[in-house]
Amino acid sequence: MSAADLNLLQRPNDRLRRRRLVNLGMEVLAWLAAAIAVAILGIVVWSVAKKGAGALNLDLFTKSQANASLFGGPVRQGLANAFVGTLIVVGLATLMALPFGILIAIYVNEFAPRAIKSLVGLTLDVLAGVPAIVIGIFVFSLIVVAHGQSAYAGGFALAVIMLPFVARATIEVLALVPNSLREAALGVGAPRWRVTLGVVLPQTIGGVLTGATLAVARVAGETAPLLYTCSLVAQGTHWNPSQPLQTIPVAIFELSESASTDDQALAWAGALVLILFILFASLGARWLATRSRRKMLGAVR
Amino acid sequence: MTSLDVSADAARRPFSGRRGRLGDLLLQGAAGIAALGALVLVGLIAWKVIQGARLSISTFGLSFVWNTTWDQVHNVFGAGAFLYGTAVTSFGALILATPIALGIAIFLTELAPRWVRGPVTALVETLAAIPSVVIGLWGILVLGPALRDHVNPVLHSVLGFIPLFGPPGTYGSNVFTAIVVLTIMILPIIASISRELFLSVPAELKEGALGLGTTRWEMIRGVVFPYSRGGVAAAVILGFGRAIGEAIAVAQVIGAFTGISINLFHPGNTAGGQIALNAQGASSGLETSSLIYLALILLVFSIVVNLLAQFIVRRSARRLWTAT
Repeated sequence: MSAADLNLLQRPNDRLRRRRLVNLGMEVLAWLAAAIAVAILGIVVWSVAKKGAGALNLDLFTKSQANASLFGGPVRQGLANAFVGTLIVVGLATLMALPFGILIAIYVNEFAPRAIKSLVGLTLDVLAGVPAIVIGIFVFSLIVVAHGQSAYAGGFALAVIMLPFVARATIEVLALVPNSLREAALGVGAPRWRVTLGVVLPQTIGGVLTGATLAVARVAGETAPLLYTCSLVAQGTHWNPSQPLQTIPVAIFELSESASTDDQALAWAGALVLILFILFASLGARWLATRSRRKMLGAVR
Repeated sequence: MTSLDVSADAARRPFSGRRGRLGDLLLQGAAGIAALGALVLVGLIAWKVIQGARLSISTFGLSFVWNTTWDQVHNVFGAGAFLYGTAVTSFGALILATPIALGIAIFLTELAPRWVRGPVTALVETLAAIPSVVIGLWGILVLGPALRDHVNPVLHSVLGFIPLFGPPGTYGSNVFTAIVVLTIMILPIIASISRELFLSVPAELKEGALGLGTTRWEMIRGVVFPYSRGGVAAAVILGFGRAIGEAIAVAQVIGAFTGISINLFHPGNTAGGQIALNAQGASSGLETSSLIYLALILLVFSIVVNLLAQFIVRRSARRLWTAT
């Protein structure tokens, strides 16, 4: 075999080798990208766990924040006021957003003509895309300017953020309910409202609860909607929703700007509790989702 | 059959016609009003934000957008510096996040062993669930100092000829830290939407390409990317919208400097950050109104961005529909 022939044979091999090399490079980059994401999550969670665990004690849940400039001495107390406030504000938000969102979903899935269906869908997407800080400004302009800050105003702001989540989740599960079920119920003479509320909706309870849990987990960590609506708080732990109440995210936001290490430790502890709550809520939602899906499939079969 | 029997039968019927019709009317009415309420809510948001900004709009007009002073003493306010900050941080985050997010999506759909996919997908979604205030806390106390000490000097010595990468400052809170924090926040959004898009690429197309002897990367570049192009563009736009609107984490890590500094390693501020940081610090009605004007600009941006993403998704869906 001459050298030229060898050369001819070699060239395609070279090209193949180059193509394989490019392929390998790209695959390595993709692995790296995934590793980066997992590493970031790991570092964030690890930092929060390490720095929060030190301040995680009973005082955190039983004592309120103290004002450093007023008392001077040891200031690290607890976040009891913020836990109470978050409970109330998020509870109010859920009470407002859940029925409203479910009704929207019922309308979209059971009654609306096609054109209106997509219009409402688009509206929900736009609403979900409005930045949280703008929602806060909206509620400031709507309620706070006239009536001052309160847990009601904060709860309403969070409800606006929850609404598209709850509605979307409910629309999705309502669409999963087989039409044969509706037809069977209508066929035995049940009116539309009984079919919807008594037959279709109960099938979706698991899915709706999943969506609601995820929405609660999402808004429990929201700071931006509360800054203008529920952040001018008085000292101590309060339960009255007509007053602005301290919340965990707002407390973390304020404490994180502080130079005092005691304040920072309190912020880390609050962040740890918040993250743990969100993780457990997400896991719970996932568990609910698989359970209800299995039940629904079982019912259809 | 007597008439008595008929009435007894009617009484035994579980649902009387009138009650049924009334119930239908009530439920349909309530549900319809709720749906209408969602439309009204979006309109109300726009109206109330415009109303709150009116004082500032009538005082500064459109020049608010490019005026770069924010002066509480002389009551002159402009958004220019903050909009510059918003643009720089959002584009910066987009440039960093898009390739990484696409890499994650490729990894999760094409490369990862099956048992890895589920857990890693869940982890990426968990990253999206971490509240921005916690990312911000981590950013200001851990990430900022680490970048300042280890990354920024290296970037300056390598890329220092570009004015953006000027001499590193002494502060951990700066524009570059904000870019990295925003990258972390939009990464999971772009990654999880892209993952779903890549999953929807028909297996026949991919197998066809591999059967023709392409390498896996050539198949991804030649089949997966073109097939999901529109959706990926929409995902990137949605991530961009998120970066524009993020206020809290940015406010925590960007250093709150009013003014334009080209050097990324110096403090700056964004529109969202400025609003968040002045929640309790507005000195006058005009300043409050100007903050709401900033929110109005963010609102317009977010609506445009969302409608654009929707439009792209719908158009590419239709194109695929007609193509198959």
